[in-house]
Amino acid sequence: MKKTYKIDVDCANCANKMEEAAQRTAGVKNASVNFMTLKMNVEFEDGADNKAVMQEVLKNCKKVDDDCEIYL
Amino acid sequence: MNRKQKKMLARIAAAFALMAGLHFVPAEGGTRFAFYLVPYLIVGYDILIKAAKGIRNRQLFDENFLMAVATVGAIALALYGRSGDYTEAVAVMLFYQVGELFQSYAVGKSRRNISELMDIRPDYANIEKDGALEKVDPDEVGIGSFIVVQPGEKVPIDGVVAEGTSSLNTSALTGESVPRDVKQGDEIISGCINMTGVLKIRTTKEFGESTVSKILDLVENASSRKSKSENFITKFARVYTPAVCGAALVLAVLPPLVRIFGMGLPAEWDQWIYRALTFLVISCPCALVISIPLSFFAGIGGASREGVLVKGSNYLETLSQTKIVVFDKTGTLTKGVFEVNAVHHNEMAEKKLIEYAALVESSSSHPISKSLQRAYGKEIDRSRVTNIKETSGEGVTANVDGVPVAAGNAKLMERLGVSYINCHSVGTIIHMAVNGEYAGHIVISDVVKPHSKEAIAALKASGVRQTVMLTGDMKSVASQVAETLGIDQFYAELLPADKVEKVEELLKTKSNKEKLAFVGDGINDAPVLRRADIGVAMGAMGSDAAIEAADVVLMDDDPLKISTAIKISRKCLGIVYQNIVFAIGVKLICLILGALGIANMWLAIFADVGVMILAVLNAIRALFVKNL
Repeated sequence: MKKTYKIDVDCANCANKMEEAAQRTAGVKNASVNFMTLKMNVEFEDGADNKAVMQEVLKNCKKVDDDCEIYL
Repeated sequence: MNRKQKKMLARIAAAFALMAGLHFVPAEGGTRFAFYLVPYLIVGYDILIKAAKGIRNRQLFDENFLMAVATVGAIALALYGRSGDYTEAVAVMLFYQVGELFQSYAVGKSRRNISELMDIRPDYANIEKDGALEKVDPDEVGIGSFIVVQPGEKVPIDGVVAEGTSSLNTSALTGESVPRDVKQGDEIISGCINMTGVLKIRTTKEFGESTVSKILDLVENASSRKSKSENFITKFARVYTPAVCGAALVLAVLPPLVRIFGMGLPAEWDQWIYRALTFLVISCPCALVISIPLSFFAGIGGASREGVLVKGSNYLETLSQTKIVVFDKTGTLTKGVFEVNAVHHNEMAEKKLIEYAALVESSSSHPISKSLQRAYGKEIDRSRVTNIKETSGEGVTANVDGVPVAAGNAKLMERLGVSYINCHSVGTIIHMAVNGEYAGHIVISDVVKPHSKEAIAALKASGVRQTVMLTGDMKSVASQVAETLGIDQFYAELLPADKVEKVEELLKTKSNKEKLAFVGDGINDAPVLRRADIGVAMGAMGSDAAIEAADVVLMDDDPLKISTAIKISRKCLGIVYQNIVFAIGVKLICLILGALGIANMWLAIFADVGVMILAVLNAIRALFVKNL
């Protein structure tokens, strides 16, 4: 299960940090952040609850970069 | 500028004005400190907050932390030394924010520029309702619906022209500026602009499955496949910042200690701490981290403008190292459309012979039969043909107007006991026997694409070492094509599996740094496209298999675009390397100057912001790929 979310992030370095944070989140199989198109592609693990996982992803991203935003 | 950027601009302007004003205020001591704290906080409060949050979340060594430590340190030094020189700390923060603002503006701007270039997304589709046109969301149009496209509008969904004739501008898709004429019954793909007439189109796909959506999807997702250079930079930034921070710490502590204990000199703590803080300012990695993905994004955007879809920055990188190009013949170098070239040794009129051939082959959908039917040029009256027998690998026999006719290769003639005359022309030979007597043969051959020869020459000129052609066709045909086009090597009479094998062999002959590209039309070449270092497919104006299997798609099927793609990739990679060398180089020089005490914070921040601006401007150059 793959989904794309619109995000907002200020710099490329912060985008890399978001990517790592998202990848570390439980329930996320793989995540990639595209700084240029301001999009985050998330591949969920089977049976994961997308919405709950994304809340966690957002929380983890906020930890590494306070300014970022994911439009859920 | 968005709201965030405007707010930042206002803060910068306010801080700048305050600083200019404070220059003339003769305050001393605590008052002076309080005065200068105002512009500092105005321009830098968010950095301080972010730095504090970063520390709490154990995210040390980000640029906020660096800037906070450096400027707070500079203020502390000014307090400690009673110099009252707070200008520097405030200015550093100020310029850092100017740089950040510029960066976000420039990136936002190029983001918009690139998406405008790729602005092929249609906003609506026209549906006729009770004689009036109604604009609807293209997503809502089902397969088999009729849509109307007026002159000047984009074709929103793939389909077949049901009514009307027009010229289409396909340049947004193919980079090709020659208009394409369409008439009733022609297939039409989304993303083209209708230029002259009103077209009524029966849709054959949903919007989400249409060419335009697929292309946009591809290009937008392209930069998520990261290249080695991008990964290198990410890793580099991860190591580099902590390393510089460590070096700064050493610089602050070690030299003073050495001076006290080793040389008996005064420690000069403030001077060394100042140098260490300068180090921190220099170490900001963002300039580097931003210009690399931006270059790739611009390169991919520029390429798609030229009708070359690159599916990821990693492919752009591989493409730039291509030294061997392997071609499939049919559909890639040749049109894949057969034409009757000549009729030889015929007893009867040429036209009559072709008429017989077309009638005999009327039930077959083989490209060769099609070409015969085209050469005949008239509607085929199937009632004239009876008793059709097709023998695969030989040909067809049938009765035409009651006369037995056979059309096929030498094997068929041998089996029928007809003595035939061999042909010296290259191509597919169809021997004809009418009423049991040899009636001559028809030569059919595939037509070489108009740019094929030029394409091979252009590849050679751009430094491709070897060109190879693989084909399932007969050797004689292959050798003739290879010779006319100037291809180094060819392998003929291959089955699809043999093609993979040949590519594997070629892969073994090259060094690791050289890359092999395979160019095919993607339908039966999918396995080879995947096996090659980089698969280039002819987009065939909408062939799904091609778009999916390949790494690079040429939208207009023009082999000349391969060298264009290679040139674009080289330019893009060139810019990437320039930026890497330039950014790291300037940083290193500043670090050395800083350690020696020659560079102060002013120089450091200017170098940082300046490098970033130049790197971003350089990256945008990758977008311009015309006339490479």
